[in-house]
Amino acid sequence: MKLEVGNIHVEELAFGNESTLSGHRVEIDKGTLINFIREIDHRITEVKLDIALPGEKTRIMPVKDVVEPRVKVSGKGHIFPGRNAGENDIVGEGRTHVLKGMTVMTTGKVVGFQEGIIDMSGTGAEYTPFSKTLNLVITCEVDDTCNQYDHEQILRTVGLETAREVGKLAKDAEADEVNTYETLPILEQAAQYPDLPKVGYVYMLQSQGLLHDTYLYGVDVKAIVPTLLYPTEVMDGAIFSGNCVSACDKNPSLVHQNSPIIHELYKHHGTKYNFMGVIVTNENVTLADKERSSNWVAKLAVQQGWDAAIVSEEGFGNPDADLVMNCNKLEGAGIKTVLVTDEYAGNQGESQSLADSTPKGDAVVSNGNANMIVELPAMERLIGHDTYVDMIAGGTEGSLRADGSISIEIQAITGATNELGFHNLTARQG
Amino acid sequence: MRILHYINQFFGQKGGEEAANHPIELVEGPVGPGGALNAALAGKAEISHTIICGDSYFNENEEVAVMGIKEIIDQVKPDLIVAGPAFNAGRYGVACGRVGKLAAELGLPCITGMYPENPGYDLYKQTAYMVETKNSAADMRKAIPNMAKLIASFIEKDGKLGMPAEEGYMPRNLRINMFAEKRGAARAVDMLIAKLGGEEFTTEYPMPVFDRVAPFKALASLKDAKIALVTSGGVVPKGNPDHIESSSAQKYGEYSIEGIDDLTEASHETAHGGYDPVKCNENSDVVLPVDVLRDLEKEGVIGSLHNMFYTTVGNGTSVSNSKKFGAEIAQKLLDAGVSAAILTST
Repeated sequence: MKLEVGNIHVEELAFGNESTLSGHRVEIDKGTLINFIREIDHRITEVKLDIALPGEKTRIMPVKDVVEPRVKVSGKGHIFPGRNAGENDIVGEGRTHVLKGMTVMTTGKVVGFQEGIIDMSGTGAEYTPFSKTLNLVITCEVDDTCNQYDHEQILRTVGLETAREVGKLAKDAEADEVNTYETLPILEQAAQYPDLPKVGYVYMLQSQGLLHDTYLYGVDVKAIVPTLLYPTEVMDGAIFSGNCVSACDKNPSLVHQNSPIIHELYKHHGTKYNFMGVIVTNENVTLADKERSSNWVAKLAVQQGWDAAIVSEEGFGNPDADLVMNCNKLEGAGIKTVLVTDEYAGNQGESQSLADSTPKGDAVVSNGNANMIVELPAMERLIGHDTYVDMIAGGTEGSLRADGSISIEIQAITGATNELGFHNLTARQG
Repeated sequence: MRILHYINQFFGQKGGEEAANHPIELVEGPVGPGGALNAALAGKAEISHTIICGDSYFNENEEVAVMGIKEIIDQVKPDLIVAGPAFNAGRYGVACGRVGKLAAELGLPCITGMYPENPGYDLYKQTAYMVETKNSAADMRKAIPNMAKLIASFIEKDGKLGMPAEEGYMPRNLRINMFAEKRGAARAVDMLIAKLGGEEFTTEYPMPVFDRVAPFKALASLKDAKIALVTSGGVVPKGNPDHIESSSAQKYGEYSIEGIDDLTEASHETAHGGYDPVKCNENSDVVLPVDVLRDLEKEGVIGSLHNMFYTTVGNGTSVSNSKKFGAEIAQKLLDAGVSAAILTST
């Protein structure tokens, strides 16, 4: 499976009379796009659009998802497949265009207490990768017939559909750069570099339920047994977020679209190792599910002849057990592992960081201690609602001060300790 | 920058062990090792006051001593607290560490120095920057410049010290956030390549190792078994004859219960400082069940109760001490032909 990804670098984002892409400038026709969003679900009561740019004294919260506008130029299927009638084709082949450097963000009244904060300047901006992007922010409210699950589903759909709608602007554009990614069917891929070690990626997805869900081709991954993907499928949105776990280490849909470990693995494919593909697995809460899924991960890795694997976690605590089971079973099968996680080591970093441990986990990448407290200065503009600061994960009574400044764990900052290694934060023994 | 320096009676020139009960004394300017430290920091910082306190006084009246030092801090308003160096003097090291913890509670930095095996390091390493020294005061000539270097760096970097190895302080066992040059995904691939190639790599999070001990196989028959009692609940003969510490035990005790059927208020008590001792002091059988085991011995359920019991205090006791005590006690039980032991904790 071969995919060409053409990036169009967006350097300016503004509202205008019609939605256009000219050169590196995107203009959005606000009224038309608001109408488009309102049409998505009749339970939507209010839609507001804002633009938040790097360096502005702007705070966005509570942020639910961050999505990248993409469009299929050629090849089968649709971006974010499996949700709508007639959109069941397999994706990951042909050509896809990306509006690089801009995002579509969703906010509104809180869904699950674990949405995040994005500051476009100040200390908070250092901790989120989305302070450097041009953000089109949708503030969307729903009527009171909606429970939390309905609310989540509506906001999720709004984010994905809007990003797809904006992405259409890139369809006929000339790309600033084109990157080609290719993975062959298993036997051919193995034969392509017979002398190199075979490596793969174990992609753990949050599936604890109760608003801790992730979707694969529209299927809630709670209901899957681990399965195989070509790495390019995720670039067309095969995996998208539906979860409200702690903002620092949930994977926004944009991070799945740009899945960092997949992109980094492709860099040395054919020189240092043979990158065979991806096993996608879940993090269900029952012991039976954990055992079944980790057994399947090891089975599929052996079946594909892997010598080594990178395993990434999403979330913390309960999924630490899945991480450790995957590690033990892969290492037990003779497959070398590198684990990618983050830490909950206490405000001062004084405690043990994970809820489970294994001596086989001798190669761990840490994306930082989520319990560290930061001081966020007051901002001039707020998009969304800051009344939720004290109650979101990472906040405590009194986190939000009367002057608008905030004292909070970085747990509450979107993407701060992203466990796909999207950002640069780490922690060391000091 | 104003420094408040904490030293003990010996370095405060009040005397040796005979002056260990010297209460808190506040003196203006540097005293003893503070002189050399002050000279080394000339132009950057100054020791405005020195606290001299006896090691026994501090450790036996910790709460009062801490309160007194807090009052002095409130009055002197230092920018930095320096304590020691304490080398391998246990009580002094614990006092320096406790002063560091107080400083942290008050939002003040503390820099001290001690030998890595000083219990003050293990107990308080997370709340002070501790320079490594050798185990005796003969190392003063090196310890003072090393502490001065760390203090100078602390001042220069506005309190934002780098990692332990680069700055010259001992690891605090804290997880510290920092921004890496490469993103996590790229570091993961680098680590994968190194691990595949059998090259050296450094994990970013050394996983904690839980020391699991496989249970001994079940006894075939209790009737012939010799059972011993071992506790970390601090049960000792009345008066605590070996002075087992109430916290961070440095020793364990080995005591006879030959001819004793019941532990009473007159015969036994607990040395433990980490739980409410009232019930155990009234009747130590609740922690070390001698009475019940004597009954079982008489009823013939067990062969016999070993006539020695082993005891220490688990409160704040380091894993390294615990391991050492455990190994020695196990060997003694094996030598005495004990078939099984009951371990009680609190």
